[in-house]
Amino acid sequence: MASPDPGERASRADRAERDLPPRFRSFSPASFTLLVVGAAILIVSIGDVAPSPKQMVDGVPGFGRLVGRMMPPNLDPDFLTRIGFRIVETFQIALVGTVFGVVLSLPIAWLSARGVSPIGGFNFLFKALVSLFRTIPDLVWALLFVASVGLGAVAGTLTIMMDTIGFCGRFFAEAMEDAEKEPQEALSAIGANKLSIAIGALWPDTLPSMINSSLFALEKAVRSSVVLGLVGAGGIGQELKVAFDLFQYRNASTIILVIFLIVLAMEYVTDKLRARIQ
Amino acid sequence: MFDVKVRNAVPPAGDRREEALIRVSGLRKSYDGASMILDGVNLAVSPGERVALIGSNGCGKSTLLKCLIGLHDISGGTVRTLGETFDRAPNAGQRASLRQKTGFVFQKHCLVRRRTVLSNVVHGLLGGKGSWRGFSHATALPEWRQRARDALSEVSLADKAMSRAEALSGGQQQRVAIARALVRRPQLLIADEPAASLDPVSGRKVMDLFVRLCRQHGITLVFTSHDMDHTAEFATRVVALKRGGVLFDKPAGAVQSADLEATFDGVA
Ligand SMILES: Nc1ncnc2c1ncn2[C@@H]1O[C@H](COP(=O)(O)OP(=O)(O)OP(=O)(O)O)[C@@H](O)[C@H]1O
Ligand SMILES: [Mg+2]
Repeated sequence: MASPDPGERASRADRAERDLPPRFRSFSPASFTLLVVGAAILIVSIGDVAPSPKQMVDGVPGFGRLVGRMMPPNLDPDFLTRIGFRIVETFQIALVGTVFGVVLSLPIAWLSARGVSPIGGFNFLFKALVSLFRTIPDLVWALLFVASVGLGAVAGTLTIMMDTIGFCGRFFAEAMEDAEKEPQEALSAIGANKLSIAIGALWPDTLPSMINSSLFALEKAVRSSVVLGLVGAGGIGQELKVAFDLFQYRNASTIILVIFLIVLAMEYVTDKLRARIQ
Repeated sequence: MFDVKVRNAVPPAGDRREEALIRVSGLRKSYDGASMILDGVNLAVSPGERVALIGSNGCGKSTLLKCLIGLHDISGGTVRTLGETFDRAPNAGQRASLRQKTGFVFQKHCLVRRRTVLSNVVHGLLGGKGSWRGFSHATALPEWRQRARDALSEVSLADKAMSRAEALSGGQQQRVAIARALVRRPQLLIADEPAASLDPVSGRKVMDLFVRLCRQHGITLVFTSHDMDHTAEFATRVVALKRGGVLFDKPAGAVQSADLEATFDGVA
């Protein structure tokens, strides 16, 4: 039998194609409009805030000059001592803020955890509170506390505390929601109250995961406590701001290096601790 | 009929109306208000009996157990357990009294895994006086610790008191759960498939232990099981559930294989 001529083969392929689902989802007028609007917004925004080619060309040597003026970092012993004290203060802010935040997160998470909360359906109130704490950026918290309790480390500690509640409150609650239900139900059948169940069954089950989250919170706290000084809430950031304000770029480079080292060290330590509990 | 009388050590519950420890009449239970899981269950259990509930998966055995002691609200009928009569749900006082006099053993995973065996047994006393410090053996009342230790000796696990619950074998964990149920000296023990997750030897040991302790302390036992050898050997009476009602209710020795076939046959 002779092979079918090319024309006939093509038309058979056409027919087969018709029976298949379309290759591309058809484009509705609404989604086309959305696409055009989206593209317009992007183009206008680029025009407003993206660096122009001229700025790019000027900026690179500008940045290069800045780095040049930062070198070599200032290693004067007096300056290093002052920085050392600021570093200790930064750690204190991070540590105390995290510990207070973790301790406060425990009851808040318990009250907000679905299916576990002693206040039943009203748990959403505490869920909302934790979300609120989380969505306000830490620098905004810092501004609020600097305005209310004044300049200095206390404002920083309170900021880290709020940040930690936003973070740990959420992850503690998730751990509690994921905890084994059977032991809790068994205790409830025995007649234990919610608090006994929380301490007797929920706490041991969720502890490893909560320690894990707390270590992440501490790591995060060290990173954010470094910048809190920019708005006057204590710690090493204050020195950084002073250095830039007074054009002491060699001091600034020392501080940036030190910040880099402590954040790195902190991540190393918390990683090691986390591996321990695993 | 004659056969039944000879084999049955305990007279049929109907003859001992006043003494029944549990009496369920016309019990109905629905979770969603539409489909009745239990639809007119009648059951009476006398003190000292060991009743096995059987039936296919999802027929409502666990549901019935929970209704007996007011862990679930009921949708119709009345339940009288240990002298507390209720329809819908027991009131707070009744609930407390029922909990005080009843012990439960569930199928699996009912222990707090990361806590010691002793703490888990101490948990069995929660709900009574001194509960605020009863979440761990380390903080519990001295009397609670003693009672927990004694209960552990009864299940031959005194030497494991300080092990973590998760470090024990499945059979040992189930014995801890029995100790936790026994520690409050219950009159009634409710066990939902206590041997289901255990190998044949451990399962048999656990059932043996149940029977021995129930005899020794005069505890009435109501349990569910899918193991027909267990029901024949360890129960005094077998109650089969099917389509929301009681299919048969016989002394364990009188159950024929035809009865079992009818129980598990053709369930939608
Ligand atoms: N808490 C609940 N909410 C809604 N429906 C439930 C609930 N518990 C059980 N059911 C339903 O009720 C029916 C009976 O369940 P139950 O657990 O009592 O059966 P069972 O006889 O114990 O089964 P199995 O032999 O598998 O343990 C099932 O259809 C189940 O889906
Ligand atoms: Mg069941």
